[in-house]
Amino acid sequence: MINFQYLRTTTAKSALTLLQKDKNAKFLGGGTNLIDLMKRGVTAPEKLIDINHVPLKQIELVGSKIHIGAMATNTAVAEHPLIQEKLPLLSWALNAGASAQLRNVATVGGNMMQRTRCGYFYDTEMPCNKREAGSGCGAIDGFNRMHAIFGTSDKCIAVHPSDMCIALVALDAEVVLATPKGERKILFKDFHRLAGDTPQLDNNLKADEMIVRVEVPLNNFAKNAYYLKVRDRASYAFALVSVAAGLELQGNKIVNVRLAMGGVAHKPWRLTSAEDFLKGKEATTENFEQAAKLSMTGAKGFGENDFKLTLAPNTIIEALNLAKSKA
Amino acid sequence: MMENRILKDENDRVDGFLKVTGGAKYFAEYELPGLTYGVLVTSTITKGKITSLNTKEAEKAPGVIAVLSHLNKPSAPAYEQEGGSPMKIFYTDKIFYNGQPIAIVVANTFERATYAASLVKATYAKEAFNTDLEKALKDTKAKKLQGQPDYKRGTENAYKTAEVKIEQEYVLPIETHNPMELHGIIADWRPANKVTVYAKTQGVKATQGTIANVFKIPIENIQVNSEFVGGGFGMALRTWPLEIATVMASKHIGKPVKLVITRMQMFTMVGNRPAAIQKVGLGATKDGKLTGITHKAFGESSTYENFTEGVVNMAKFMYQCDNVNTSYTIVPVDLGVPIWMRGPGEATGAFALESAIDELAHELDMDPLDFRIKNDPEMDQQKNKPFSSKNLKEAYKLGADKIGWSKRKNKPGSLVEGSWKTGYGVSVGVFNANRGKASVKGILKADGTLVLQSATSDIGPGTGTGMGLIASKLLNIPTSKITFELGDSSLPPAPSQGGSATLSTIGSAVNDVCVALKSTIAELAANSNMDATSKFVDVLKKNNLPSIEVTKESQSGKERDSYSMYSFSIHFVQVKVHSLTGVVKISKIVSVGDSGKIVSPKTARSQMVGGAVGGIGMALTEESILDHRYGRYINNNFADYHVPVNADVPEIEVIFIDKPDYLVNPMGAKGMGEIALIGFSAALANAVFNATGKRIRKLPITPDKILA
Ligand SMILES: Cc1cc2nc3c(=O)[nH]c(=O)nc-3n(C[C@H](O)[C@H](O)[C@H](O)COP(=O)(O)OP(=O)(O)OC[C@H]3O[C@@H](n4cnc5c(N)ncnc54)[C@H](O)[C@@H]3O)c2cc1C
Ligand code: SF4
Repeated sequence: MINFQYLRTTTAKSALTLLQKDKNAKFLGGGTNLIDLMKRGVTAPEKLIDINHVPLKQIELVGSKIHIGAMATNTAVAEHPLIQEKLPLLSWALNAGASAQLRNVATVGGNMMQRTRCGYFYDTEMPCNKREAGSGCGAIDGFNRMHAIFGTSDKCIAVHPSDMCIALVALDAEVVLATPKGERKILFKDFHRLAGDTPQLDNNLKADEMIVRVEVPLNNFAKNAYYLKVRDRASYAFALVSVAAGLELQGNKIVNVRLAMGGVAHKPWRLTSAEDFLKGKEATTENFEQAAKLSMTGAKGFGENDFKLTLAPNTIIEALNLAKSKA
Repeated sequence: MMENRILKDENDRVDGFLKVTGGAKYFAEYELPGLTYGVLVTSTITKGKITSLNTKEAEKAPGVIAVLSHLNKPSAPAYEQEGGSPMKIFYTDKIFYNGQPIAIVVANTFERATYAASLVKATYAKEAFNTDLEKALKDTKAKKLQGQPDYKRGTENAYKTAEVKIEQEYVLPIETHNPMELHGIIADWRPANKVTVYAKTQGVKATQGTIANVFKIPIENIQVNSEFVGGGFGMALRTWPLEIATVMASKHIGKPVKLVITRMQMFTMVGNRPAAIQKVGLGATKDGKLTGITHKAFGESSTYENFTEGVVNMAKFMYQCDNVNTSYTIVPVDLGVPIWMRGPGEATGAFALESAIDELAHELDMDPLDFRIKNDPEMDQQKNKPFSSKNLKEAYKLGADKIGWSKRKNKPGSLVEGSWKTGYGVSVGVFNANRGKASVKGILKADGTLVLQSATSDIGPGTGTGMGLIASKLLNIPTSKITFELGDSSLPPAPSQGGSATLSTIGSAVNDVCVALKSTIAELAANSNMDATSKFVDVLKKNNLPSIEVTKESQSGKERDSYSMYSFSIHFVQVKVHSLTGVVKISKIVSVGDSGKIVSPKTARSQMVGGAVGGIGMALTEESILDHRYGRYINNNFADYHVPVNADVPEIEVIFIDKPDYLVNPMGAKGMGEIALIGFSAALANAVFNATGKRIRKLPITPDKILA
């Protein structure tokens, strides 16, 4: 183990100051991802700034938005009555992730910042552009069963592994960041990036910024929503494909709809063309099938993940059917 | 008070309380004065030679005591001689596989050793390599070795001319044992060549013997302790190079050294279930009598040591058939040597054979259960001997009733409810009813307690619990007054815990000890004019004896020559398969054990449940994935190597035939560890076929294969 310094702070402001002092410092949330990466030698921060004691654990309704503090644990969010009542999709997505033990310590900010689970990224003896720019991508011609089918680049085909983020992108969330110049807001859908030519960057958080909260507008999807996660075992496995679906129905007519997919891209993948297609239509399996088909435009497999080209539309259809039959 | 809490019921696991409260002490938990910590440096290439090893930075790092490698060849007399296994740790610069240990760094803390290990730098001369069994099979120039003599009865490949036939290929990936407890050892080498080790081993005597051989010191000088083992599944059946390295290190620095390997290293240093490719041909008459069985297996092995197991055994006797031929070839690839994993080769073979039986039944349009019953043999055609006992027909019926077999439709895909399709599958499992030779010492005390001792192990099945129950029945002493001591090489000798033989082997010696103690007590009673029904406590007191001791060695008699002895199991599985997502949900499992008398009902049930869970892993989730371009594992951690979790496991019903077979041993009990898993994966694959019409011949059965 490489030695590092452990620092603890209780305010967001001092956290930012500490971060600015040292380029090689990192925030410590639950540590469930960061510590693993340190053990594997993927990252070696000289300083860990523990921000668990910064009072950012609020889960509250402010006007027409629900504010969720960056340091609230995944369990606290998933089990909060306000979330369960108003944003059940988020609660289900969180509970579909990791294990109870991990969720008990994992934080909202940490979950957004978690890095890909690509096996090449984790093994410092293998090539990976995300870990070491220019070393090549081990996955493109290698083991890519878990990898992306949308928005890939010839530099990196990794997926973003979070479940929580799939629900948040579907629910039009916004991210509030603390910066040296004060707060700034960014749409959740713009927070994460595609790999492009800079696979080392997962998101648009700047080196001197900190996530302080997520804001989710109230919506009418609570009644007909579903988070469907398809995985290799029934619990404690990352998604092969997951779909967050929310329907606002009038009779059988779709007044409004939100759809996002996980396990398919370098960022939480919002299905806007399917949403546009479904809006105003009847909630029928035929329409769901059409929407699923539309969603697959531009999808591309890399061999071992070709099955996702079938699994993804199937999962969209099933998630929509399950969301519809929820009422 | 404590005792009451620990043992509520005679059948409870004797160490259950200790295990769930943290009271059980595992090897890595021993704190020795002056303990130091070892961390291994491993090769990052797959094949070739180490051309340089720079240990200078590591040696200078804080807290480092020594760095050992082939450069300084720490003393190990057997390794200093020519010849022997090529994998002599720290005595070779050859690299046989990726992740091979090439150096050990010893420091005064684990963290410092870990850091220093990262500073050791090796350079290599690389050679071309292959880690892919399929590729090796296609390559006519690749080495292939006979793993077992070919077997033939009647006409070879008779299936080819049968009225109805099938011919298929079945593929199993590498599976890694991955017990929860990481492997390792604590070694404490003291002056005058006295060695104490705290090991994770399935055989304390085997570990003791290996250390004696490598270091050429008297066996009595070596004390091996391994009281609690956090799971083994076969991977602790040998003393691995990393253990020898730790003993070397302790000898070298004169201090105790602890080594606990990482989860990643669990994939490369302590064996695995080898990948296998199997071809099965079956033929039958139109009315469903088997007329030909051909089973050809190819199993992965290493380049530096051969590994073989019983992959094609079952085909030779499981079904009534006059024409059978088998072959088993091992194929060396550039990976670490495999080792038996629960159910070992028989589980590999049963996946192929029992899938094929289901395929042939389908071709015949017969219920696969009826097909098996129709071809159930009256005697063992391979050995030409009667079975000591076999109650399969009864077992078929009991299991079929419990799972609701009558609801099964022979036509696949018949039971559909919304997006879910239901299917039923069945498979048989079989394993030798082994019995070896072991000694047990019994000490019956005037305070009413009995202590039994034997150098056997308990990797989890509940050795002490079973032995206590055997003794309790024979001597009429409550199990709470019986202690069974094991996991200590100074106790009377016993073989390693493997091959489902512990209850049969050690239990027989316990039986003999108890019988002897009983007759000693009777004799003492008679000689001191006491009633024959007197309690042993009174007899001992009357004779002023604090205790009496008996040691017995026990092994099979000649019955073994006249009978064929096997344990049998039948697994029934009901699955639901999602037609859109390809997800397989197991809704019900019924496992029937035909393994003689059940002497320890709770731990026997646990064996069957654990076997089914291992079977779920083998069938649905477990696969150690290699990138063959690099020879490195991709999913070598518990997030990505999927063992089944609670949510994957439905209610499991266990049924025992529970009929004693006194030909096998005096308890009439046969082993169960392996049969609990053997065949399970085929039952599941057969159920998936029944649900969907999709025959998956390559494990594990993941959603992508269902959707393909
Ligand atoms: C075995 C395993 C299985 C898992 N399975 C799943 C799964 O199925 N689905 C799923 O969604 N997730 C899964 N996870 C991932 C888990 O959700 C993440 O590890 C967790 O959410 C990370 O949160 P944390 O607080 O522990 O982050 P940490 O590990 O503490 O931090 C992660 C990163 O976020 C940064 N960070 C933390 N807080 C902030 C902040 N406020 N502002 C800016 N940066 C910050 C840290 O500096 C660090 O770089 C799994 C994890 C493991 C280990
Ligand atoms: S997919 Fe991305 S993370 Fe994986 S090896 Fe390629 S570059 Fe690295």
